[in-house]
Amino acid sequence: MKSLLASLSIFLLASAALGNAAAAQTAPAGSQGTPYSGLRSTPATGFPDQALFGGVRFDKFEWYGLGGPNNGRWDMEAFVGNDYDKFFFKSEGIFEGRTQKFDEAQFQALYSRMISYFFDFQVGVRHDISPKPSRTYAVIGIEGLAPGFFEIDADAYISQKGEISGSFTGWYDLLITNRLILQPRVDMRLQLQSVPELELGSGLTDFELGARLRYEFTRNFAPYIGVSWDRKVGETAAIAERNQKQISSVNFVAGVRLLW
Amino acid sequence: MHKIWSAAWFVVVACIPVSSVSAIAGTHDIVIERHLVNVTGRERVGMLINGQLPGPILRLKEGEDAVINVTNRLDENASIHWHGLIVPPEMDGVPGIAPGYGDGIKPGETFTYRFKVRQSGTYWFHSHSSGEQEQLGIYAPLIIEPRTRDPFKYDSEYVIMFSDWTDEDPKRIISNLKKDSSWYNFNRQTLVGLIQELSNAPNEEARKASVNSRIAWGLMRMDPTDVADVAGYTFLVNGQSPERNFTALARRGERVRLRFINASTSTYFDVRIPGLKMTVVQADGNNVSPVRVDEFRIAVAETYDVIVQPTEDRAYTIVGEPMDRTGFARATLAPRPGMVGELPPHRLRPLMQMSDMAMNPGPKGLDRGTLQPEQDMIGHVAPEDPVAMAIGGMGDMSGMSDASKPKGMQRGGGMSDGKMAMPKSSPAREGQGTKTGKPPEASPMPGMGPGSMPGMNSQNQMPMPKEKQAMDHGAMSSMGPKSSADHQSQVTSSTSGVQQGPQAYVLRDGEDMPNVGPSVQQTMPDPITNDTGAPLGTRVLSYRDLRALNPYPYKRYDRIIEIRLTGNMQRYFWSINGRKFSEAEPIVLRFGERARFRFINETMMNHPMHIHGTWMLPEVGNGARNPKKHTVNIKPGTTLDVDIPADAEGPWAFHCHLLYHMETGMMRQVNVVRQTASLK
Repeated sequence: MKSLLASLSIFLLASAALGNAAAAQTAPAGSQGTPYSGLRSTPATGFPDQALFGGVRFDKFEWYGLGGPNNGRWDMEAFVGNDYDKFFFKSEGIFEGRTQKFDEAQFQALYSRMISYFFDFQVGVRHDISPKPSRTYAVIGIEGLAPGFFEIDADAYISQKGEISGSFTGWYDLLITNRLILQPRVDMRLQLQSVPELELGSGLTDFELGARLRYEFTRNFAPYIGVSWDRKVGETAAIAERNQKQISSVNFVAGVRLLW
Repeated sequence: MHKIWSAAWFVVVACIPVSSVSAIAGTHDIVIERHLVNVTGRERVGMLINGQLPGPILRLKEGEDAVINVTNRLDENASIHWHGLIVPPEMDGVPGIAPGYGDGIKPGETFTYRFKVRQSGTYWFHSHSSGEQEQLGIYAPLIIEPRTRDPFKYDSEYVIMFSDWTDEDPKRIISNLKKDSSWYNFNRQTLVGLIQELSNAPNEEARKASVNSRIAWGLMRMDPTDVADVAGYTFLVNGQSPERNFTALARRGERVRLRFINASTSTYFDVRIPGLKMTVVQADGNNVSPVRVDEFRIAVAETYDVIVQPTEDRAYTIVGEPMDRTGFARATLAPRPGMVGELPPHRLRPLMQMSDMAMNPGPKGLDRGTLQPEQDMIGHVAPEDPVAMAIGGMGDMSGMSDASKPKGMQRGGGMSDGKMAMPKSSPAREGQGTKTGKPPEASPMPGMGPGSMPGMNSQNQMPMPKEKQAMDHGAMSSMGPKSSADHQSQVTSSTSGVQQGPQAYVLRDGEDMPNVGPSVQQTMPDPITNDTGAPLGTRVLSYRDLRALNPYPYKRYDRIIEIRLTGNMQRYFWSINGRKFSEAEPIVLRFGERARFRFINETMMNHPMHIHGTWMLPEVGNGARNPKKHTVNIKPGTTLDVDIPADAEGPWAFHCHLLYHMETGMMRQVNVVRQTASLK
């Protein structure tokens, strides 16, 4: 998957990166006629300060629902790019153990641009796969580090049918020791208008509050345990109630945080 | 202690004593190739010079016409740069900059360096290619015998070359840092650490400082424990791990010249030989007035020559303690082989103070030395956070704008030379890098005295002369809670300044180590003195102690060029004046001019700045006897003026010598040109 991402992003970013480098290499006027050819030459090809880097991080890769059928859940992002321009692939979703089906699976492909010391601006597309009618969205958002070391990711979406929604994710890494880390985290979603076929009301639709305690054996591999409270609210909760679906659940989770 | 020795750490460095550095005067052969290396017990493929780590000592004579054949047997381009040597630009060995050098020496090819050796002293050479070749082992000492006798006497000499070895692929290191800039830092501040700090705090003020400091750093999104980028290093002396223990033989009373070279990619060392005074006679290859010290901090790429004289018939330990305290580089100075010197416990880990990050003044509008005007790229300078500053105890500074600074600072042009740095009569100068309040009798074992004072932060207690404060830092003298400089309190639990417990002697990879704790008092850091965590009364070398014996001909500077050290700690990239190497124009100097580089460190890290082709003359207050250096350390949050004589025509490299900072952008090309007409 990484190589696929790499080739995609190279394609996307090549123009921006090359344009940058070319603009920077204009020889200064004062160097004309000097005895040293080096004054006119460009820096070594492939100076690594614009090199491409990539990474994959699974913040959630977990099983929950003790006793009953085990459900799986993931939330990941991968990137390839240089310091300024990146291609992001993000995905999250739930695999329901009872039905052996993906309850909801969300995929985003985003172009990301550094807009400040701590924040990236991101724009792209999102596609959902679920038993409900699927949707494709345009995405615009920011991701970065807010004062206080809070990682945040806030996005706005507009679907192909014109429905506007948003999501917000925030977490904080509380270092108990340098390897034992507690991560409180909130994921919430909201709708500007209700979408009956997706069983969503307008306003805040649902949130997940979680706390995950991980042990970083290495930065790459950190198993965790935690609790997660999933709650539908407002109109969405009312719809769920009418459909005799669960509106609130507290689960123990066990999983692993991966960073490669 | 001896447990360490019986432990199965004994490792073998795969080095074949190749003597291919020819004895024929003037012709030397260097071969760069991949070679098995075993530093940690695991076999790795390094890139070595003549099959050795580090490469064999290259000895030249002042005045000789050196001919050095460098053969590249790698499968990638390679290069050799003579660090600190004044050579023609074609012979400087920097890919992409040295004229005619192209992208370096191609695989299978031999490049012949020919240059006249115009200097003497202790230097080194290393790869200057991107691709982290230096991390993998392409470095070696370079010793040049003087034409005339040295102005000091010694009976024997040893090279002590520090380096940092990692089993990890250096490309992986950069990649990891890009994903998470704290990837290698397992000494960040923790909840457990906070609880310990609070429960051990001597008073309410200290507790408050502790909490406030956490909040302030959090708001700024900066990590005060970020004193080193990379960990997992084994620190080597002449290629030997601390377990192997390089041993230099010296009888009692013998005068031994130790040529310290820091060939690390990322590591600063605090160097001391408990029980012995060291007389520094040379810095960066240039003789200085001898100065007796207890210890010194050696920045990456610097060299210091010291003379020591063992006073007892016993083994002394040469301690190179990395600034982040995650291990030791150690060697033994002993009368007989096989003797093992005692290892001191680790000093407390330093902690960045709010004053190190006091302000990011941003562009001052001074000349940047480029022909076309140049602006910072976005995201290269951390945003200021007045709220965090206020909470962190630097409140008085937050409101300070450039406008409130004296005019001289703005323009910089109207000042006489001596004024910018410490005036002659200043108390700091009298201290000469000694800790303030130095007792008349120094502890016989500096750094190990049980009753010694807390790990004091000299940068916080250095009494700054009034004039200096006025010139450099405006109205900042009044900030922070008042307390006597001599009794500046640290929040830290430890009262000895050294670590206790199992981490005290860790040879590599210490985690969750105690640090010095936040300082209650906040004053501006001194740009030149180093706080090594030494106990009170220890004489620590500062640049101010360095007085050139053969100074560079004195000349007043012609213009000031602003060199802001910038970058993004979070995303891990580095730059000069807000532009990475590939985004920046060269700095253009007129041949013959004396440029004053005004370094302003807007990052939280030390940067050992190095220029090729000429000398750096840091303005340390010694006037015409300011030292000649090839590498000058710029401390976090400080400003230092360094004069650059543009006496060598050509394109030159100018960069931070931390390998991963250079690789990610902290580098510039400096063009020294004769054509002045086009320069306006």
